[in-house]
Amino acid sequence: MNELKRTWQELRYYPSAVASLILIVFMIIASIWIVIAIPYREAVRLWRGGESVWYQLPKTVPPKWVNWFRREKLPETLILDTRQHPEWKTYEPAGDGRRIVMEFTIPFYADQFPQELSMYFYVTSSDTFKPPFVSLSWKTPDGRSLRVSDFGLQSAKFNYRFAQDQKLIQRLGGEEHNIGLFVDPQSSPPRPLKGEYRLKVEILTFEANTDVDVEFVQYGKVYGWFGTDHLRRDLKVGLLWGLPVALMFGLLASVGTSLAAMLIAAIGSWFGGWVDDLIQRVTEVNLVLPFLPILIMVGTFYSRSIFVILGVTVLLSIFGGAIKSYRAIFLQVREMPYIEAARAYGAGDGRIILRYMVPRLIPLLIPALVSGIPSYVFLEASLAVIGLGDPVLPTWGKIIQDAEFNGALYKGMYYWVLEPSFLLMISGLAFAVLGFSLDRIFNPRLRGV
Amino acid sequence: MSQIAVSGSIARKATLQTLQRITRYTIVRLLTLMVTVVVGIYLTILIANMGGYLDQIRRGEIREGVQARVLADPTLRNLPPEARQKRMEDLIRLEEKRYGLDQPFVIRSFRFLTNALTLNLGRSFQLTSDSGSRQVRLILLERLPATLLLFGVSDLVLFFLALFLGLSLSRRYGSFWDKLTVALSPLSSAPGWFYGIFLIVVFAAVLKIFPFGGMVRIPPPENPFLYALDLLYHLVLPVTAITLSSIFLSVYSNRTFFLIYSSEDYVEMAKAKGLKDRDIERRYVLRPTLPTIITSFALLIIGLWTGAPIFETIFNWPGLGRTLFFAVGLFDVPVIVASTVIYAYLLAITVFLLDFIYAIVDPRVKIGGQERNA
Repeated sequence: MNELKRTWQELRYYPSAVASLILIVFMIIASIWIVIAIPYREAVRLWRGGESVWYQLPKTVPPKWVNWFRREKLPETLILDTRQHPEWKTYEPAGDGRRIVMEFTIPFYADQFPQELSMYFYVTSSDTFKPPFVSLSWKTPDGRSLRVSDFGLQSAKFNYRFAQDQKLIQRLGGEEHNIGLFVDPQSSPPRPLKGEYRLKVEILTFEANTDVDVEFVQYGKVYGWFGTDHLRRDLKVGLLWGLPVALMFGLLASVGTSLAAMLIAAIGSWFGGWVDDLIQRVTEVNLVLPFLPILIMVGTFYSRSIFVILGVTVLLSIFGGAIKSYRAIFLQVREMPYIEAARAYGAGDGRIILRYMVPRLIPLLIPALVSGIPSYVFLEASLAVIGLGDPVLPTWGKIIQDAEFNGALYKGMYYWVLEPSFLLMISGLAFAVLGFSLDRIFNPRLRGV
Repeated sequence: MSQIAVSGSIARKATLQTLQRITRYTIVRLLTLMVTVVVGIYLTILIANMGGYLDQIRRGEIREGVQARVLADPTLRNLPPEARQKRMEDLIRLEEKRYGLDQPFVIRSFRFLTNALTLNLGRSFQLTSDSGSRQVRLILLERLPATLLLFGVSDLVLFFLALFLGLSLSRRYGSFWDKLTVALSPLSSAPGWFYGIFLIVVFAAVLKIFPFGGMVRIPPPENPFLYALDLLYHLVLPVTAITLSSIFLSVYSNRTFFLIYSSEDYVEMAKAKGLKDRDIERRYVLRPTLPTIITSFALLIIGLWTGAPIFETIFNWPGLGRTLFFAVGLFDVPVIVASTVIYAYLLAITVFLLDFIYAIVDPRVKIGGQERNA
């Protein structure tokens, strides 16, 4: 306890260490909050759930805060849904069925055209399904109106994609719908006309009890605080869940490796003889074993589960350079009088190793442990970047890999690579800085240099 | 006159003895390393074959070979399909017996070991070399020069830059640059590919000064001089990325070693004698520090080697690492196993080379004394 207090007091002289410690505590609290707020199942559903989870999101768009730094504002995503606003619909009887009319008001004040428009129709009918008939018309702020399309709703869930309507493109004079519908006819090069657009939807049903709900989505060119990827997924889920995964991997791997290495070094130097020789030889062989290719082999042949990779990582890193330096110190510790005293009162081998030798090196273990974490955090990301990430969990490395694979850097989608990289850097650096300061505090040889 | 001759002969004798010691040390290290490599590759084979993957490679190869032979054989072509099928299965069984696939794994694993050690690495499933060969050995050996070039250049740049900067910082202990290096050294916790991404964003995507990746432009220049120039141009970003990822920590640790050694009594003594600063640095500080520096550099290089698959993929560098990455994507088992074996060899060669340099710079090896007790 006293030791801890003294360490803390010394740590206060390193402002960078204090800052990194605060950051680490913050990250740990944040990851606990994330795991509680978005439970594992929910995270997996949001990340792997399929089109139905993220159909409302635009494809590969940057986060909305990029608008703060741009003179030309990018349009945001707009979702208008009659299921949330039933009051938008008006009914009047018509023949056997009824006419459902609704008008969506679309405020548009951005300087660039939206990515895409799409409409989703949800038909509820009690008995036999008779396809309702829909006609759409478009009214621009300057008063021009345009017939968009007329079609029947072939199924209870129907999706009308403006982009796939060839007739609409013809009507717009060969222009893509996202440009043609919003363009200011006087402008050259084409610029969007700002103001309130109106989309009028008239639905004719052929049964009295048939009802239709409509969802209109204007896919913008920015989304949320984190942007989206090529599958329209919100990067928020991946970026947030990457934190607990990275911390867990880094902590477990580092703790496992350093504790095991220290214990093995203690055993080797205590027993000496063939045990020590064996450990030495294993360390030499391990130096020649290519770490990453073996991990790749395990990942490709057996399992990509993060726990299998974690286990192999720990196994391969135990016999590293650390064992040599620990052994050198343990060889000195072994000859100390207090060990002899312990032996004299009859302490067994296990007791001497665990209670007398290992505790002696704890001051060396802690900095090594903390500074080891970033390398494992980056290792997990590295594996994900070459496509060997966990098949289910969202991780930062997987996001970088998706981005790389889809040519994010060539296409200028920097946010996609930079966001996870930035988080990796921050979390890695926090532990590295703290470990560095701890090393200077605990390692007397470095004191004063 | 005769005195000079005598001292000359003594010097020659001493050189001869030093040479002998270095040779003996080198041979001992070489032998231990060879044993180490054999054990390492054997372990690799054991790991690879835990799920029977090497057997699968062999069986697939045999089946393919036999099928091709049976289809090409005119005497068998006229047989009814069942009989031909039976003949084929018989041949396959015979071949499997010939390759020893009916033997227990322990015996077979040693055959795999000899194959791997002699680089008899089999044939790939899908990947081909530039000349169209499916021989794994050819595929990998063709890629080796690119990897060696990239990492050789980076290691050299890194080593000398770290040495030079470390020395100059140890002279200016406590200065602004010194403090900056100490403050920046945690940056080295990020691997090279990570800096690579940032460099690509800044210099390739935004500023468009350097290429996104690759080794030479397409089509490659005909003139050898222009070719070399283009190679250098493509080397700039990857080498910078590797250097950036390790330089701060290397400079910091080098500088710390120099500081520790320059507070030794014999250095103070040399200062008191009035020797020039340059001489003190060269003879009294650099010499005893070099072995330590080389050891830590060896570990660094080994770390860089293993990072190659990702690094080369990010920079689209046509080396061994990127081939391994492609092999993972295509599930090309023979190439994956063979790459691991080649990496084991590369690591062993690196360790050996550094040991050799160590033998040259470490006075304990040179003068005799006790052997290094690492």
